[in-house]
Amino acid sequence: MSKRIQANDVDVYYGTFKAVEGVNIDIAPRTVTAFIGPSGCGKTTFLRSINRMHEVLPGAHVEGELLLDGENIYASNVDPVRVRSQIGMVFQRPNPFPTMSIRDNVLAGYKLNGTRLSKARADEIVETSLRGANLWNEVKDRLDKPGSGLSGGQQQRLCIARSIAVQPDVILMDEPCSALDPISTLAVEDLINEMKEQYTVIIVTHNMQQAARVADKTAFFNIQGVGEPGKLIEFDETNTIFNNPSNQQTEDYVSGRFG
Amino acid sequence: MSSTVTTTPPTETDLRPRRQESLSGGRKPGWVWIAVLVGAAVIGAGLTLLLAEGFPIAAFLVITAILYVLGMYVATRAMENRRRATDGLWRNLVWLAFLIALAPLVSVLWSVVATGLPTLVNNPHVMAYDMQGVTGVDDSNWIDAGTPAGELAGGFGHALVGTVVITLIATIISVPIGMLTSIYLVEYGRDGWFSRAIIFFVDVMTGIPSIVAGLFAYAAVTWVLEQVMGSRPEALQNVQMGFTAAIALSVLMIPVVVRSTEEMLRVVPNELREGSYALGVRKWQTIAKVVLPTAISGIASGVTLAIARVAGETAPILVTAGFAVNVNWDPFDNWMTALPVFIYRQLVAPTSPTAADPSTARAWAAALVLVAIVMALNLLARVIAKAFAPKSGR
Repeated sequence: MSKRIQANDVDVYYGTFKAVEGVNIDIAPRTVTAFIGPSGCGKTTFLRSINRMHEVLPGAHVEGELLLDGENIYASNVDPVRVRSQIGMVFQRPNPFPTMSIRDNVLAGYKLNGTRLSKARADEIVETSLRGANLWNEVKDRLDKPGSGLSGGQQQRLCIARSIAVQPDVILMDEPCSALDPISTLAVEDLINEMKEQYTVIIVTHNMQQAARVADKTAFFNIQGVGEPGKLIEFDETNTIFNNPSNQQTEDYVSGRFG
Repeated sequence: MSSTVTTTPPTETDLRPRRQESLSGGRKPGWVWIAVLVGAAVIGAGLTLLLAEGFPIAAFLVITAILYVLGMYVATRAMENRRRATDGLWRNLVWLAFLIALAPLVSVLWSVVATGLPTLVNNPHVMAYDMQGVTGVDDSNWIDAGTPAGELAGGFGHALVGTVVITLIATIISVPIGMLTSIYLVEYGRDGWFSRAIIFFVDVMTGIPSIVAGLFAYAAVTWVLEQVMGSRPEALQNVQMGFTAAIALSVLMIPVVVRSTEEMLRVVPNELREGSYALGVRKWQTIAKVVLPTAISGIASGVTLAIARVAGETAPILVTAGFAVNVNWDPFDNWMTALPVFIYRQLVAPTSPTAADPSTARAWAAALVLVAIVMALNLLARVIAKAFAPKSGR
């Protein structure tokens, strides 16, 4: 289960302010794509528009076409909740539900929706998801303890387990390692490499080495100035972006001349 | 003092400010405040004896406190320096303000316990009995029996029942309305003009005098009964009942519940809501299963405090539920008495106009029970907050 994402002339707005303009991108299934670019260039905003999380903010809206395997998720009859159940998201700061145990956190996608699961099926989902997030061995003896008692890196992997437990087609990651130490970062990066066997992964990162390590393809976003919309400058194989970019702005950014 | 800096070249010593000979140098010894306090007390006692007749304890305390604060300032100024003296002066003034604020609280608690407890201990049945059939003759006889007195006639069991029934119904009305209002304000209102208007009027409601709430409930129930029963005397006779009082208390309680719940919902991090949305969970389920459980400890303690706040209301209950002498469990029929109303009635209109002491004793005992209920609710609020708080166990 993995789906293709295509954006056709997508503009993203906060109220009347256009934050991202004219994005055209084609993200293949079973790949890892990294979004890089300076702060405020709209990469997180665009990422949040891919699973219709952007519109949760008051006044925020999206124009243009975003296709999930050819189906426009911004068509008028589309239910945003259905979109989000197919496109999971991992946030910058780990946000396990503080009232739930580790086990319940993994099952949150089912429990919160009121889906009934047999004990055996629930156990299976918990184990598969936690193994998938490389967390099983660390928490298997304390599944009933609160999720907020884990370390930051473990919490982030718990959040990844939570999003893969509902078996989405696409997983969006918004700077998943920015709050983690190098060892936890390594664990999450290994995990991303394994995840692309099953999912389409899109990751926003400020860390160019990380993009180089995990991504098959990289998209570079940039902004012309304050108050201007962010734009997708270049989208290509990661190797090309870092070693032989075709755009001068990309070259300046990846070589550390600005940003 | 220059001996401690022998290794430093002379040029550098000239540039630096001179050092204290030791780290504790220039500090006044620890016993100074005790000495000043004792001195202030002695002079205070002398002045009190000199200026006032007898020995008024309040005057003694006030004079001692003033002398102590001044004495500490002078002592610190002399032994340390001006900066420390000013610091100490302000610290003492803050402490003094705290003690002054505490004084009435302790005094109220003390007089309620001291006056009410003997009655409760000697006549525990006052908590169960009502005033049905108790006349001035019973109270006169109780006085005439002398000390140790016999069994005190009657009690405030009916008022206890009334307080519980009325407050419970008020809670049942207010909590859903208040919680749903605050959920609308935080989760759906998005700071539009409508939610701002609600917040404004809720704030206005917080300041409504309780007697106005009582009159409102009276008028509202009168109107409803006249619609149902027609404009007959029976309608007006049935207005005063426990349920009307509960409505009056709800008017006072709803704004408190709304504001406290709203505060609690606003501190739930948005990340948790987004985390839930990102799993494909609908908004109402996110609110019911993520936001409310996270905030429940604060909400529950806010509700408990709101209950404690209205349990002591007198005027609106007197207006809306009248005054009864017998136990009445039915909030929709007949008059009902709550503890504050009972206390008020026993004091202003004693059962025996010529022998008011038994009524006063009953009133103080009832006051003690009321204070105990309110304190118990406050403690309960803390327990609830602890019990429901998200665990962080490792």
